Amino acid sequence: MTSVAEQTAARPGTPPRPPGVARRAAGWARRAPLLPALVFMIVVTQLPFVATLVISFMDWNAYYPDEVGFAGFDNFKRVFTDVNMRDAVWTTILLTAGVVLISLLLGLGIALLLDRRFRGRGAVRTMMIAPFLVVPVAAALLWKHALYNPEYGLLNGALTRIWGLFGSDNPPQPDWITNGPLWSVIFALVWQWTPFMMLILLAGLQGRPLDVIEAARIDGASNWQIFRSMTLPHLRQYLELGALLGSIYIVQNFDAVFTITSGGLGTANLPYTIYQIFYQAHDYGRASAAAVVVVLGTILIATFALRTVSSLFREESGR
Amino acid sequence: MSITDTAPVPATRDERGAPVVKRKERAGVWLTLLAWAVGILFVLPVVWMVLTSFHSEADAATNPPSVLAPLTLEGYREFFSGGASPWPPLLNSLTASIVSTALVLLLSFPAAYALSIKPVKKWTDVLFFFLSTKMLPVVAGLLPLYLFAQSTGLLDNIWLLIVFYTSMNLPIAVWMMRSFLSEVPVEMLEAAAMDGAGLTRTLRSVVAPVVMPGIAATALICFIFSWNELLFARVLTATVAETAPVFLTSFVTSQGLFLAQLCAAAFVVSLPVLIAGFTAQDKLVQGLSLGSVK
Repeated sequence: MTSVAEQTAARPGTPPRPPGVARRAAGWARRAPLLPALVFMIVVTQLPFVATLVISFMDWNAYYPDEVGFAGFDNFKRVFTDVNMRDAVWTTILLTAGVVLISLLLGLGIALLLDRRFRGRGAVRTMMIAPFLVVPVAAALLWKHALYNPEYGLLNGALTRIWGLFGSDNPPQPDWITNGPLWSVIFALVWQWTPFMMLILLAGLQGRPLDVIEAARIDGASNWQIFRSMTLPHLRQYLELGALLGSIYIVQNFDAVFTITSGGLGTANLPYTIYQIFYQAHDYGRASAAAVVVVLGTILIATFALRTVSSLFREESGR
Repeated sequence: MSITDTAPVPATRDERGAPVVKRKERAGVWLTLLAWAVGILFVLPVVWMVLTSFHSEADAATNPPSVLAPLTLEGYREFFSGGASPWPPLLNSLTASIVSTALVLLLSFPAAYALSIKPVKKWTDVLFFFLSTKMLPVVAGLLPLYLFAQSTGLLDNIWLLIVFYTSMNLPIAVWMMRSFLSEVPVEMLEAAAMDGAGLTRTLRSVVAPVVMPGIAATALICFIFSWNELLFARVLTATVAETAPVFLTSFVTSQGLFLAQLCAAAFVVSLPVLIAGFTAQDKLVQGLSLGSVK
């Protein structure tokens, strides 16, 4: 890659050329390093999507290979009338909003706690990061089997121990995943994502102009006033960044849903549902139509979100 | 005492003076305890995973939990030598993660260079194009990739995963690299050009020292994402190119549930990420927030 860039880059020592040619050469020198990445991305991500778009208008089920043909809008009609699909949309929204909001709030609280200097701050910070560093499937398996399990999971084990302390041998032993399937998934994901939000917000807190806050304190502002009118506005762009990045990753979550509930009990989100239509039902046409609908929905939200990010990145865009 | 709030309490702040400081101190102790409690609560499941992995199966699955049960390597021995060997999947994951990370760096550095140091026209549009591919749900491209792999015989081939992982991480890498490259002072580049330094020399002696930590962070994140990926690996691989996360899910279904073994497996698979992540905590967040958090 670098050799391409080197060959085409206009060196300051080269003899002068006619202005038009030189300008064009300079333009290409600027564009050339960008092209490999751009071409690669277009080929690997956009071409498959175009293919998905084509397949979404086809009748194509791998179980009936002889009946492949043009289907028009049938697949889309089935997607929009499919109860499972509508449930999946709703589940995805609940799951994403739930995880992002809860982990953002928790992360904010913990970031404020860790913003003070105290004994063992580094240790607490390191402990906080650990959940984020467990491989997502491993984390999901850990929650499902070692924590939520009604017979020997840690949660019910702890309940037994605590009730035992008070002399009771009849502790509540809820079946967490069956009783609150979506909450079980949300909780496991909140555990994984709170550290990420916390670290972003902590970085934001530590970038606060301390002298201004000190001045406000001397002027007699209370902690709450300082938080409301100085810290929170300063943190705003960090909160937005956390929400945006969290949403991008959690909307697409597959690991936790697949592992903890296998999409059962009303926890099948869109990625899992599409995976099922394609991988188990082998209905290629319908899976593609569903994927196209998801993409359109994401584009809608992304356009809105990108506006937010553009405001985030505006200040550093002058070059 | 380091427990108290270090923000200096101005003497003029309150005429009551001492009692206020004392009250603040006491609140400080409680806040410190709260911070510790939260930290312990969050790390507990991980500690529990590690502890259980060193217990015998009988001690692992008890209610109430047996914290002080004797430690044993049984779970690890069973994981590595019982049933299917985890080595091929682990090596597959290592190959896919390292090779795709190298490819990402090779492609993203020149691109980021073209977007920051000598920006092309409409560079923000290009930058947002990269980010928008990240917002495209991956499931939208899954089926065509599967059909392509099926018809070309690339199914269950680690190279297909490598290409996919490269495309998965490239947008993030371009964003991160661009923000790191933007930190190179323009004056230094101009000075280098005035001194007649060519592109290679400028890159090596002006750009590289500034962006090296950024490149390391980018590589780390790409490695972690590739190592963690499950959906595509599950659909596109089978026995030959199976990766560690896929092995982990099939391990549970084929073996029945052995909790100690499962915890040992989960810990082994997470270990590379845990080590990499702990050694580069700060870089990790900065990278994940696309370099925008300094």
